[in-house]
Amino acid sequence: MTALLLRDLKLSVRAGGGAMIGVLFFMTVVAVIPFGVGPDLNLLARIGPAILWIGALLASLLGLDRLFQAEREDGSLDLMLMQDTPLVLTVLTKCLAHWIATGLPLVIASPLLSLFMNMEVPAIGATALTLLVGTPAITFIGAAGAAIAVALPRGGLLVSILVLPLAIPVLIFGVSAVYAAVQDPAPFLPPFMILTALTLTFAVIGPVAAAAALRASTD
Amino acid sequence: MSEPSLAIRKFTDLANPTRFLALSGSLLPWLAAATAVAFAVGLYLSFTTVGDYQQGETVRIMYIHVPAAWLAMMCYSVMAISALGTLVWRHPLADVSARTAAPIGASFTFIALVTGSLWGKPMWGTWWVWDARLTSVFVLFLMYLGLIALNRAMDDPTRAAKASAILILVGFVNIPIIKFSVEWWNTLHQPASVIRLDGPTIDPEFLRPLLVMAVAFTLLFFTLHILAMRNEILRRRIATLRRLAARNAGREPMEGRR
Repeated sequence: MTALLLRDLKLSVRAGGGAMIGVLFFMTVVAVIPFGVGPDLNLLARIGPAILWIGALLASLLGLDRLFQAEREDGSLDLMLMQDTPLVLTVLTKCLAHWIATGLPLVIASPLLSLFMNMEVPAIGATALTLLVGTPAITFIGAAGAAIAVALPRGGLLVSILVLPLAIPVLIFGVSAVYAAVQDPAPFLPPFMILTALTLTFAVIGPVAAAAALRASTD
Repeated sequence: MSEPSLAIRKFTDLANPTRFLALSGSLLPWLAAATAVAFAVGLYLSFTTVGDYQQGETVRIMYIHVPAAWLAMMCYSVMAISALGTLVWRHPLADVSARTAAPIGASFTFIALVTGSLWGKPMWGTWWVWDARLTSVFVLFLMYLGLIALNRAMDDPTRAAKASAILILVGFVNIPIIKFSVEWWNTLHQPASVIRLDGPTIDPEFLRPLLVMAVAFTLLFFTLHILAMRNEILRRRIATLRRLAARNAGREPMEGRR
């Protein structure tokens, strides 16, 4: 499992992996928003957390279709299906590797972009924290979508369409946790705990569904 | 059990498409007739009951809108049961059922959305509100469309069936979560200002046509669903026959030449 984790990480960091493209896309999306809504700093500070969350959501959807497709093309997916370790664990490891390669850079980049959005320090911290907890959920549920669409030649767009409605709860609780941290009367912990619960739930549902879909796609 | 060939003793016997075609063929006229009768009664009741003293005539939209919304949810449940049938029992008709239910469910959801929007304009003064219930129905509509797109994208029906069955089940687990979180989101961001139809205090005057219309819509759903399933079975048979014919057409000239 560790070997698989390291292999996936190396593959995504080296040439052609495209791990950094997600961050670049994230920064571009966030940079484009002020041109759309105007350079009003107060407004940007107010909607900043939401923009960062939507940008992170879109950016983590971007690389999802490659999660299993490269393995399928070079045949290593068949090896993974045949090996002794349960396929669910393999999928979970691949999800973790994918998240470390694409999700974690988003979390690291988010404080910098929060500064551009004129957000205050507690909001910046809360955004980074909720992204850290919430983006794995997107990866896990996205793995199910990626596995379902793995056999399709142009599944990338379809994966986004299938996964986005399922990711709505993560977005809602991520953003509301950030707002709860900034605005005084609302408590921070309940939405944050629910966000954590969502991530854990998706960590179960996603790999199980993805493993089932991968098995179905090969036989 | 006088006719052993087509007698259905167990649920698994329905798995035979020929038996299903025979049974549904004899059932269909009755279902269609029942649908027509229920709609006649329901529409008559809907148009003859008095209008609401506040909402006036527009309250009649409810008799279309509410049953459509109920059916939209029931259709997804039917699809989830079919998806279980595909994955667990490998029931050959289950994937036909799941595949054909998706467009019907999408249509009911669309009807619910459109009538709701038409009803909302005179009542709330706006076509659309980001109310919790509206939003979750809209998300349901998007999921139906995604499922249809997935089904269309795959050529092989059995592979498409398995993939969409997994997606249906994931969605079935997720729908309560989405509904709950949308409600949370709504109460957090804006006050609960929109109250539609005061729940239990609905007058029997309105309840009677509503229930009849609900029965009519349910019957309509099953009629359409069985029709669509028959169509799908026949379409697959024709595809198989064509494939066979094409294979034989390639073979015969070769044999003729020898």
